[in-house]
Amino acid sequence: MASRLLGIIVKEFIHLRRDMLALVLALAVPVAMLFIFGWAINTDVKHIPTAVFDQSGSLEARLFLEAMVNSQYFELGRRATSQRELTRLIDSGEAKVGVVIPPDYARRLARQEASIQVIVDASDPQVATSALNAATSLGAQRSLEVLTQTLEGTRLGRQPQPPVDVRVRAWYNPDLVSAIFIVPGLIGALLMQTTITAMAVSVVREREKGTLEALIVSPIRRWELLLGKIVPNLVVAFGQMTMALVVAHYVFDVPIRGSLALLYALSLVFMMGTLGVGILLSTASRTVPQAMQLAFLTFLPSIYLSGLLFPIEGMPTGAQYLAAIIPLTYFLKIVRGIILKGVGFGHLWPSLVPLVIFGTVVFSLAVLKFRKQLD
Amino acid sequence: MTEPVPGSDHAVITRALTRRFGHRVAVDHLDLQVRSGELYGFLGPNGAGKSTTLRMLCGLLEPSEGGGEVLGIDLVAEPERIKSVIGYMSQKFSLYDDLTVSENLTFYARVYMVPRAARGPRIARMVQLADLGGREGQLAGTLSGGYRQRLALACALVHGPRLVFLDEPTAGVDPVSRRNFWGLIRRLADEGTTILVTTHYMDEAELCDTLGFIYQGRLIAQGAPASIKSTTFRQPVMEVEAADVRRAADVLADWEVIEEVQRVGTRLRLVVGDRQLAPADVERHLTLAGVETRWVQEVEPSVEDLFVSFVDKQRKARLREQLRALALSSEGGGPGEGR
Repeated sequence: MASRLLGIIVKEFIHLRRDMLALVLALAVPVAMLFIFGWAINTDVKHIPTAVFDQSGSLEARLFLEAMVNSQYFELGRRATSQRELTRLIDSGEAKVGVVIPPDYARRLARQEASIQVIVDASDPQVATSALNAATSLGAQRSLEVLTQTLEGTRLGRQPQPPVDVRVRAWYNPDLVSAIFIVPGLIGALLMQTTITAMAVSVVREREKGTLEALIVSPIRRWELLLGKIVPNLVVAFGQMTMALVVAHYVFDVPIRGSLALLYALSLVFMMGTLGVGILLSTASRTVPQAMQLAFLTFLPSIYLSGLLFPIEGMPTGAQYLAAIIPLTYFLKIVRGIILKGVGFGHLWPSLVPLVIFGTVVFSLAVLKFRKQLD
Repeated sequence: MTEPVPGSDHAVITRALTRRFGHRVAVDHLDLQVRSGELYGFLGPNGAGKSTTLRMLCGLLEPSEGGGEVLGIDLVAEPERIKSVIGYMSQKFSLYDDLTVSENLTFYARVYMVPRAARGPRIARMVQLADLGGREGQLAGTLSGGYRQRLALACALVHGPRLVFLDEPTAGVDPVSRRNFWGLIRRLADEGTTILVTTHYMDEAELCDTLGFIYQGRLIAQGAPASIKSTTFRQPVMEVEAADVRRAADVLADWEVIEEVQRVGTRLRLVVGDRQLAPADVERHLTLAGVETRWVQEVEPSVEDLFVSFVDKQRKARLREQLRALALSSEGGGPGEGR
């Protein structure tokens, strides 16, 4: 028995070694993905091109515009000389935000009833959200300053306090860096992608080549064949994960607060399910390209609905139900929980239970289907 | 690793071996006897039940009815045990292209649990047997057809089985390699390995010790090629060369004593229904019909003729067609070519 299992494992590692391109890709892709997602994709949009139509030309208006620039969210470009020009700038895409300051801005500000019009090109919601948030908070801040100044000028003569002081403290990721949120999630997505594809392809390739036929006739047991393929697959998956963690930590300064041992152990539970999916896909496809396409089909919902890129809380109810049956959703909670929050098993088990159920069901189903197909 | 077959000189015996798929009977009460150390040719067109029979003999498929023994192991009771004592080579060769010759052999040696100490010498012997010396480090994917075929055989033999199943081992291989391959398995059989081989090539079949013909799930004949020819096949076969082959064919096809007329190149091949009929009678018949005839002579019936003769008349033409198509699709002539 040991000899048969070893035979498969050794053979699988030789396949890996011979297919250098695949091996390099397996290790380089995680790093490339980390760079793309962690560095290029930033949901917090800054330096938005902004056009201004300043009709007042007052000092007060200039102060407001300066504050906008200082916030780093806006980059003042063209100055429009008419409302029409401003509209044209936004239509053409030269500016994403238009600011209209009325002629009587300074006078009305003194009477505390000034208004500034901010037009946002919402065709890109990410930009729009950033711009809206930044503009609103700038407005609030300016109002507060004006209020303060006005109060200072009154006879009360003491330090004024704003009526409500809301202090938001961002935990775990105080600078709200997107990379820190996305990178741990990527590790989960990567593990899923590797295990599903590699598992499906390695079985389908044998069927395509006719070697599976020889293995079926041989005294090898089904479980030996599967385990022999799973072990090298797990080694590669953990290699990728380690690589990704190293890059995440040393390049993107992602803190690793929790126990790595726990992370690896729970990853194993997650991968039991994804390997099962891989085996199921292998039984459903006759050629390698077919298997790859099917695998891709499973990635799409996982990547978009699991909360990897977009928060589940913002999805419509239907999508939230879908998210609830995607294993990556739970695994992401575990990865982020361990890496970013440093929480232990006590907080993670609610996410672990669905993974255990999914893994057990899918893996057993896959093994049954695999056995049945070979008979 | 193999044990003596108790009280039997047969490597394979089946008794009323039957397999049904739903209502279709793929294998119908098959009684097969393969003697130890013989080269047994298992013949039949596609869909005749060959592969279903092989799968039952390999312990992969449970018989619906009947049973049998492979190397003394009951194929109903202990199918798993059969797997480790037999060798199996498929038409697809089942090699890993990105593994070298010796890695492929090592892999199958491990899968068949050849003890570690015996592995090296066994692999060396297989390399020698398959004439792969000097190519141990070459990737299997870069070997040419004949080498791949012999490597596949070596992989099937690496654990030293006393019985090997070869499922169309020469399909798609060039004629020279086919001849070499048959020389190789002939030698193996002479050294005592029992070989059951399926083939579409009738010329290959003549090289076997025993033939079994399967058609529509039934064994329609079994025996040595020569004895089948002399005892079972009683119809003379003649060849005719005429000036106008097409007209000659038409004339002969209309003659009731002629069972079959086929065109083989520029000649006609006749299966004659009446044993009394002599070549001279055929020549006279043609001359009377106004067909100029160069010569008519009696020839040895081929295995294909034998095969077709077991089938009733209306099915003959179709079966010939099937057999011809198979031989064509697996390209080229056979090892007996040019003799």
